[in-house]
Amino acid sequence: MTESATSPDDFAATAQDGAQKKGARQAPVLAADGRPLKASLNRALRAQKMRALMLIAPLLIFILVTFVAPIADMLFRSVENQIVSETFPRTVMSLEEWDTDGLPGEDTYAALTYDFVEAAERRLHTRVGSRLNYETTGMSSIFRKSGRDVGDVGEAYADQFIALDPAWEDPATWVTLLGSQDWLRDQAEWTADATEARSADMVFDISEPRFALATAPRVLLPETADAYRSFAQTIADVDQDSPTSEEPWNSVYLALYRDLMRTDAATIAAYDGPGRDLLVAADAAVDGFEAVDLQALYAEMDDGWVEMPIWETFEAFSDPYTAGYFLAAVDLQLTPDGIEAQPENQRVYILLFQRTIFMSLMIMGMCVLLGYPIAFLLSNLSMRASNLLLILVLLPFWTSLLVRTSAWKVLLQQEGVINDILVWIGLVADNDRLALINNQFGTIIAMTHILLPFMILPLYSVMKTIPPTYVRAAKSLGATNWTAFWRVYFPQSIPGIGAGCILVFILSIGYYITPELVGGRTGTFISNRIAFHISTSLNWGLAAALGSILLALVLALYWVYDRIVGIDNVKLG
Amino acid sequence: MTSDNSAAFVAFDRVQKSYDGETLVVKDLNLSIPKGEFLTMLGPSGSGKTTCLMMLAGFETATHGEITLGGKPINNIPPHKRGIGMVFQNYALFPHMTVAENLAFPLEVRKIGKSDREAKVMRALDMVQMGAFGGRRPAQLSGGQQQRIALARALVFEPELVLMDEPLGALDKQLRETLQFEITNLAHQLGITTVYVTHDQTEALTMSDRVAVFDDGRIQQLAPPDELYERPQNSFVAQFIGENNTLMGTVSAMRGDTAEVRLDSGEMIETVPVNVSNVGDRTLVSIRPERVEYNAERLSSDAHTLNAEVLEFIYMGDIYRTRLRVAGREDFIIKTRNAPDQRRLAPGEKIKIGWRPQDCRALDA
Repeated sequence: MTESATSPDDFAATAQDGAQKKGARQAPVLAADGRPLKASLNRALRAQKMRALMLIAPLLIFILVTFVAPIADMLFRSVENQIVSETFPRTVMSLEEWDTDGLPGEDTYAALTYDFVEAAERRLHTRVGSRLNYETTGMSSIFRKSGRDVGDVGEAYADQFIALDPAWEDPATWVTLLGSQDWLRDQAEWTADATEARSADMVFDISEPRFALATAPRVLLPETADAYRSFAQTIADVDQDSPTSEEPWNSVYLALYRDLMRTDAATIAAYDGPGRDLLVAADAAVDGFEAVDLQALYAEMDDGWVEMPIWETFEAFSDPYTAGYFLAAVDLQLTPDGIEAQPENQRVYILLFQRTIFMSLMIMGMCVLLGYPIAFLLSNLSMRASNLLLILVLLPFWTSLLVRTSAWKVLLQQEGVINDILVWIGLVADNDRLALINNQFGTIIAMTHILLPFMILPLYSVMKTIPPTYVRAAKSLGATNWTAFWRVYFPQSIPGIGAGCILVFILSIGYYITPELVGGRTGTFISNRIAFHISTSLNWGLAAALGSILLALVLALYWVYDRIVGIDNVKLG
Repeated sequence: MTSDNSAAFVAFDRVQKSYDGETLVVKDLNLSIPKGEFLTMLGPSGSGKTTCLMMLAGFETATHGEITLGGKPINNIPPHKRGIGMVFQNYALFPHMTVAENLAFPLEVRKIGKSDREAKVMRALDMVQMGAFGGRRPAQLSGGQQQRIALARALVFEPELVLMDEPLGALDKQLRETLQFEITNLAHQLGITTVYVTHDQTEALTMSDRVAVFDDGRIQQLAPPDELYERPQNSFVAQFIGENNTLMGTVSAMRGDTAEVRLDSGEMIETVPVNVSNVGDRTLVSIRPERVEYNAERLSSDAHTLNAEVLEFIYMGDIYRTRLRVAGREDFIIKTRNAPDQRRLAPGEKIKIGWRPQDCRALDA
């Protein structure tokens, strides 16, 4: 036995170690081949690391694809708002110059018309309606109703143009006037191919070339060109129709009217592309056309179009990204005048968050109070007895969550077992039975029961590692049972309490099923509201915002806990 | 082993202990410890020594019998009121308190004022040469340092009785030896009564005033170390304490204070009868390896000699250890001091060995 070399009392050795470390920081230690030792070590460990990575790769990929990516997408929805600016780009652009002082001008209504007709044709207008309805109620119905009538806007002009010259009714007129040379050629070739194929009874599944605008009319008649392209591409996308065979929408005639009214005769006359004569003639005639008041037309469709809220909402949510969902999630709203509180009767989320935190804390506290003595007993019993008891603790884990929750329903309801017993004993009058369920009380009771094992198990595993000699030592030093427990045993069990509390709190703050079943109106959590927005109101943005706030809250609490208790003190066994 | 309870500071009187109601772990224990004595309970694991200690400390209750401390029965006094200092094998220093807080704990629960407390803690720390470590946590200390602190904590409230439950069991050999010395010194300096439990016989021999050898729930022998070693009362003690050569035989004649034993291999030897009394008794003859002599010049004239053959010679530095074949046994060991004039034996060598008759004890078989 030669143990003389290692003496635990030897501090010189540690001091030497420290000196060596200091030296290492100044000049890197080199391996035998002259490379830095660190690099050599990394190289030696690389294979090991790669193997570890390969082992976890399947799970990692699975989690990334099925869990992380959807959650990231979901969280992204909490700020994403592209639907408005994508579906109503012209309107959004035109509203940029709006001073929010009174209704927007005729230009905006025209832009709205072009957007709306296309959106209605593509059946997107109701989605925008629902999106804006989250912010201002009534928007959804305005959009839905107007979707049917918006096609008629500009009809008066269409009639007048056609009356002037029936050529305006002819799709070919429009195609030659606005289509680019390349497109016209491609289109002609395609038609020829299609005809040939049809006559030969062959399958022809090449789609028609996508409509492209000519350059000159784009400068000369910007709105018309834009509206016509929108028309041509939309009918191709939605119905596979060709602009060569379809009369344009009324909105195109509106655009043409507006273009011709704006442009002076000389500019039109200077144009020498196809359809010049038609244009010159129309330009000469438009001054005599009967003008239509767009605002009045919209007012006829729905009064909402000539009131302020719709335009304010449009304006506020025209950005592709919005804080609107987050604001709504904390009972605020975005108005043209900035961020304001929601009307008092619509404030629910702050209350719900408070309630969720309060109830989670209550549940956590109850779990500590109920779980600590059990865990203490478990850790001090003989192996056999404690195993039996542990099975009883774990029994709830093996029972369906739904069954357990339903059992509480049976027990706690007004005609339930507990009320029956209380009435039978005479503590409670038969006509005045206690409301024990479908309120906060019921949720706290049921959730405490369900989450109790999550408190007991970490407590138990920590307590088991506390040797009984500590308490014995304390007693031998003169401490009473209580002092020995409180001063010596309890401080050492704190890591278990910490672990249990974190577990129970985080689990309960996001709990859904039990509050849904037994929470009633006053005992529901924020998670129930999230579920409502996901599956019923379909306001996923708000659901995502609420979820993000919940996530941030949990992370913040975790951080605070780490600062106060220290996450290293958490032991799960 | 009868005890005079009036002079005893600690006394066990016919104490029995059973855990399961079927077997006795401690059988009829009678023991009295005078004030200031350093008594060691030595025995193999399961011999009941720790149970005795725990009964004294109050963590176990005696099934039968009475334990008195300073003349007062303490059977019904809870541990925290007994005022007994205790040192545990795993130190049992409270990990969430600093060293100073650990030491202040027994003073705090005794409601001793802060300044007084600090002075006492400082004194106790200095006593174990750990004055500079008051602010550390136990986990920052080495095993030896922790044990010093545990010792200081057990002594800081000035108990009259200190119990130590294998306190040095987890330390390495060198440190153990240093601390053995320190503990005995401290105990004698402070004049406290100490009951020390160990299964290490060297520790028991070097530290104690008296050693109680436990086996099978009974004290097999209670004696000062030298007596225990040189005059074991029975074969268990002889074999448990120190190295021991044994030869089986039968008593062939009793002659006053000597007994003639015929070994199973036929040789006749003279022995001191310890617990054999009749001719014809089977006996286990015990001889300590260092009392066996093979150098003819050193053998006293009246010494018995036996033939032996060297089987193995081991050089151990300070001593030579030689295994011999003697009287049909191949595990006969002799130890000789590494002196300049000492001859080294070679395997295969035929020698004669002998010893003084008083070193050879005939014990129960």
